[in-house]
Amino acid sequence: MYCRLLCAMAFAVALSAPLAAGAQDAELSKIREELRQLKDAYERRIQALEQRLQQTEAKAGKAEEAANQAAVQSSSRPTGENALNPAISLILQGTLARSSRDPANYQITGFVPSGGEVAPPGRGLNLSESELVFSASVDPYFRGVLIAALTPENEVEVEEAFIQTLALGRGFMFKGGRFLSGIGYQNEIHQHAWDFQDAPLAYKALLGGRLNDDGVQLKWVAPTELLVELGTELGRGRVFPGTDRNRGRAGAWSLFGHAGGDLGTSIAWRAGLSHLRTSPRDRTYDDVDSTGTGVSNSIGGRSQLWVLDGILKWAPNHNASAQNFKLQGEYFRRRENGSLIYDTQAASLGTQTGSYRSRQSGWYLQGVYQFMPQWRAGYRYDRLNSGATSIGLVGTGALTAADFPILGGHKPKRHTFMVDWSPTEFSRIRLQLARDYSRMGAPDNQILMQYIMSLGAHGAHKF
Amino acid sequence: MKTMLKFVASIAMFFSFCQALAAFNVFACEPEWGALAMELGGDKLSVFTAITALQDAHRIEARPSLIARARNADLLVCTGSELEIGWVPLLLTQAGNGRIQRGMPGYLEASQQVARIEIPQALDRSLGDIHPGGNPHIQTDARNIARVAEVLAQRLAQLDPQNAAAYQSKYKDFGARWQEAIRRWEKEGARLKDVPVVVYHRDFSYFIRWMGMREAGSLEPKPGIPPTPAHLATLVEQMKRAPAKAIIYSPYNDPRAAQFLSERTGIPAVMLPFTVGGNEKARDLFALFDETIALLLKVMQ
Repeated sequence: MYCRLLCAMAFAVALSAPLAAGAQDAELSKIREELRQLKDAYERRIQALEQRLQQTEAKAGKAEEAANQAAVQSSSRPTGENALNPAISLILQGTLARSSRDPANYQITGFVPSGGEVAPPGRGLNLSESELVFSASVDPYFRGVLIAALTPENEVEVEEAFIQTLALGRGFMFKGGRFLSGIGYQNEIHQHAWDFQDAPLAYKALLGGRLNDDGVQLKWVAPTELLVELGTELGRGRVFPGTDRNRGRAGAWSLFGHAGGDLGTSIAWRAGLSHLRTSPRDRTYDDVDSTGTGVSNSIGGRSQLWVLDGILKWAPNHNASAQNFKLQGEYFRRRENGSLIYDTQAASLGTQTGSYRSRQSGWYLQGVYQFMPQWRAGYRYDRLNSGATSIGLVGTGALTAADFPILGGHKPKRHTFMVDWSPTEFSRIRLQLARDYSRMGAPDNQILMQYIMSLGAHGAHKF
Repeated sequence: MKTMLKFVASIAMFFSFCQALAAFNVFACEPEWGALAMELGGDKLSVFTAITALQDAHRIEARPSLIARARNADLLVCTGSELEIGWVPLLLTQAGNGRIQRGMPGYLEASQQVARIEIPQALDRSLGDIHPGGNPHIQTDARNIARVAEVLAQRLAQLDPQNAAAYQSKYKDFGARWQEAIRRWEKEGARLKDVPVVVYHRDFSYFIRWMGMREAGSLEPKPGIPPTPAHLATLVEQMKRAPAKAIIYSPYNDPRAAQFLSERTGIPAVMLPFTVGGNEKARDLFALFDETIALLLKVMQ
């Protein structure tokens, strides 16, 4: 019994062994098949991915190329010989004026006529000087500026033509050529940026309107938080109170210092002291002597001028666009020593020479208030004192004071009001009223309208 | 004479000594660049910011105090694109400082580092006070700040090599925090997409573009020309037909025109900080964008 059972078991085992082996083979091949399919699928997907990557790369390349092209296009400007032209701006001005005295015979009694363009604008419609401004860097070291005035008389005047250094460093700056002198405050401000149409009387009487000599200027700014600037100028002495002279030495010398800064968050100030020395020779002027004859006199000697200037500007949070106020004043003192030649042309009582000495002064104070955007109103008070002029020829009794009426004692004064409207910073229209006591005993009432427009490059205005 | 010379010499020595002691001086025209320089330089720099958020960068005067600061600057960072054309050229010619002249490494125009938008097709002043170089108010897009930060960090390292490592590590730290903040602002600002707003001046064009908003009008009839009654009247009509969600203006703008339009149309007027210091909370660059987005989201509710 046991034998049969064992035999059957052995038979079964013998049979089952190859059977099990057969089943395993089938499973393996099935797995292999699945793996192969999986592999194929992955390969296909990888291929697809690679293809897509290539396409994307190609697209990216194209995009980059396009971006580059766009960048080049947007950054490139038309090239040409005029690509580096200087900045050019043009200032157009004109006036419509009425005055009770003829501007043609304007004089400031008590003061030797300066020969400058100091008379009020002519009656009626007038074109004022048109200014043409060119400026640019010359190279990394210099900058050049030319300001030419085209006068209504169809002439061209060089107002300023100078070069200045850019990179001297350590606070030093050098300027050479013809330029507005750094003395005082208003002297360096261009006429179109003035708050009134004309210059203060002190500038008219003592500097012929403004000082723009030919010369050199050296200026130094101190490395301090408070602005301290010191400067000196050597000039030809070409303009009043000097005279042009044919010699190798400077005819005018000046020294000036300014300090300025902020007071709190709304006030900015600047104050300064300046000194100008010139030595005029044969500075001629015309007068009418006691016989009623027109004579030409001349003065030579030494002229010394001191100027004290100050400006204070208020604007809430230094934001001047809505509201601001500006207070500006200058005090001048001039001393002249030398000789006076009467009647140089021997047209009346014969040429005579004597000593000449004068001490004269003048000042002005003006306030301009911008009460709302675009609108400003201002008032200026001018005062001059002709002082005591001592004329040797009168002292010795050779001539009388009546032979020198222009040099007679007088204290000219003037009141000026103005309102102006500036739609943008490039245009301004102004109404100005003045009562001018420059001529002794003949007050002049002046009323004028003025337009000032600037075109072209955006000029920056000095403080 | 001799004592005079000695006196002058001692003053000069004193000044040069003061200068030697001073840190690296950065003159930033606008508050955003001052704040960025502080982020990148910290105590290594002495940063002077020329204007505040309450001032209009278009209309600044070259005040004596600004000339004095420009005199000692080692690096001048300004927006450029003619934004500061009325005053920075004067500072450059009056301060006697060769280091910060155009073309020197000490002269950096932030707007030149990024792509500018609204470059005018026609250049004529009858179109208002336009900027030929494109809209200069680039700081309202935080991504522009990131780009300027990179250039500014390089420039600081170049000009002040002693502290180059410090600038680089500060830049890395700032850059990482800034990128994270940009992601946050973009997420928060997603709700601003396609929202129409009325602006005062084209101050926020970069922000509007970044957030995908829409400019529905401007209070200025033309850039730089103050709002006029006639123009405001047309805006009122326009808003009645297609109302905007907000009227936005900068701290230096006169708020009256915005308030007028707001009263007539019921559209809320909101003063956005525009730059660092533009309101109480916008104390740094991060807070500037936090505040700007928060203020806009608030009026949207």
